[in-house]
Amino acid sequence: MSATVTAPATPAPTSALNASRTTATAARVLRQLRHDPRTIALMLLVPCLMLILLRYVFDGSPRTFDSIGASLLGIFPLITMFLVTSIATLRERTSGTLERLLAMPLGKGDVIAGYALAFGTLAIIQSTLATGLALWFLGLDVTGSPWLLLLVALLDALLGTALGLFVSAFAASEFQAVQFMPAVLFPQLLLCGLFTPRDNMHPVLEAISNVLPMSYAVDGMNEVLKHTDMTANFLRDTLIVAGCALLVLTLGAATLRRRTA
Amino acid sequence: MMNNAADPPDASGNTPPRTAETSAIHAEGLTVVRGPRTVLRALDFTVPRGQITGLLGPSGCGKSTLMRAIVGTQAKVTGTLDVLGRPAGHPTLRARIGYVTQAPSVYDDLTIRQNLDYFAAILDPGRSSTERRHDNVTRAIADVDLTSHADSLAGNLSGGQRSRVSLAVALLGTPELLVLDEPTVGLDPVLRRDLWNLFHDIAADRGATLLISSHVMDEAERCHRLLLMREGEILADDTPDALRTRTGADTVEAAFLHLVDEATANSRKKETTR
Repeated sequence: MSATVTAPATPAPTSALNASRTTATAARVLRQLRHDPRTIALMLLVPCLMLILLRYVFDGSPRTFDSIGASLLGIFPLITMFLVTSIATLRERTSGTLERLLAMPLGKGDVIAGYALAFGTLAIIQSTLATGLALWFLGLDVTGSPWLLLLVALLDALLGTALGLFVSAFAASEFQAVQFMPAVLFPQLLLCGLFTPRDNMHPVLEAISNVLPMSYAVDGMNEVLKHTDMTANFLRDTLIVAGCALLVLTLGAATLRRRTA
Repeated sequence: MMNNAADPPDASGNTPPRTAETSAIHAEGLTVVRGPRTVLRALDFTVPRGQITGLLGPSGCGKSTLMRAIVGTQAKVTGTLDVLGRPAGHPTLRARIGYVTQAPSVYDDLTIRQNLDYFAAILDPGRSSTERRHDNVTRAIADVDLTSHADSLAGNLSGGQRSRVSLAVALLGTPELLVLDEPTVGLDPVLRRDLWNLFHDIAADRGATLLISSHVMDEAERCHRLLLMREGEILADDTPDALRTRTGADTVEAAFLHLVDEATANSRKKETTR
């Protein structure tokens, strides 16, 4: 053991967002996942298996499969990314690594953007697999472009990442974090129009569903399902989902505290 | 011998106010409240630059809280606390302080090298410094004697090894102040000796200041100065020699016990006169 003197590096300043630090964080998150191949396999394969299952559940009514399948292509990335992010950030908070990082010249924005970038990449792979499988092997009949499906799926994944990051601040343990999934996502799942069109619901519920982001994720998918072009509704839906993701990410950044009691 | 190291070489050459020049940490009326409890009560002390200061006291006396206040991660800190000439928690201090928490804070699902690579990229980002980062990481791993384990997952290491990975993270770059919360706890005597030699090398060669907490009193003898704490207050702030002389004790441990008894007797007296 010896202490050799190296040329002191000029301390790089802390800024809200630094490209190198953000990509370093994203690379680190992905590297952690690479040591956990089972999680990757589950994230990528489970949505595909669910779609296959669904296809044969609705064997007699391909119309229903079209509508539910398209909706689920938007919902899967949201749920997976929500779960993965909430657990990953909770671990970061409880293991002391977050405290260490925030005592270093790392911006909060770097942490958030790093996570969003890493899980966004994973979401693209997951959505590509699921969308490809649904369109070309399960006969999902979509009028619009598959790229638009992918775009909505990616935005949904970002929304899931944002929500997961945010609720992890309110969970003291992994048990609690997992319970936030039904608490935050199930109501949205029931009200998003997956089971019955939203305008068939009780007016109160319809009003609630109008302010839940998942409703717009599903609406956006259905727009692609029915129209060849990018409709005004589609644009509105994607903008709302993206806006929600951004808003919740900002809220998530506010829950990262440099000073804690 | 140990007391002569009070004036580390100063890079700037000019002489700013005395406290900023010779002290790494300066506290006046430092108070920390956690929930209903006042953990630190109006502390006044100064930690000199370029030396090893030991922070000693029984567990629960506020050592970790004091360290967290110094690195700027503790909430509800009142009073004055200047670190390296800036108020504690100042953004420019983040790159100048190395901090090791009591529980090892590293990623269990990364190898030792991957852990250090990431933290190095935070401290010294950018593609232009790739080579310097690599050298720093290799040196830090060697400093804590884990070169042969560099590619093992941190989660598969023993407790002592994991805490050394955590220490290696703080040795990355060239921190001017190292705040180490019980870095030698649970390590065998040989490793403990080696780490203390490393700490002395860091102070001597790099002119860095080290604040090291411990509740093992025999480590106190290895420090240049000591801060003895008890129940959120500082009992003594002196060199080990001066402490022993003042209390007429043979060891720092005996000196500490003497001071604790004295403090207890004093507080009883206060209570009875009230």
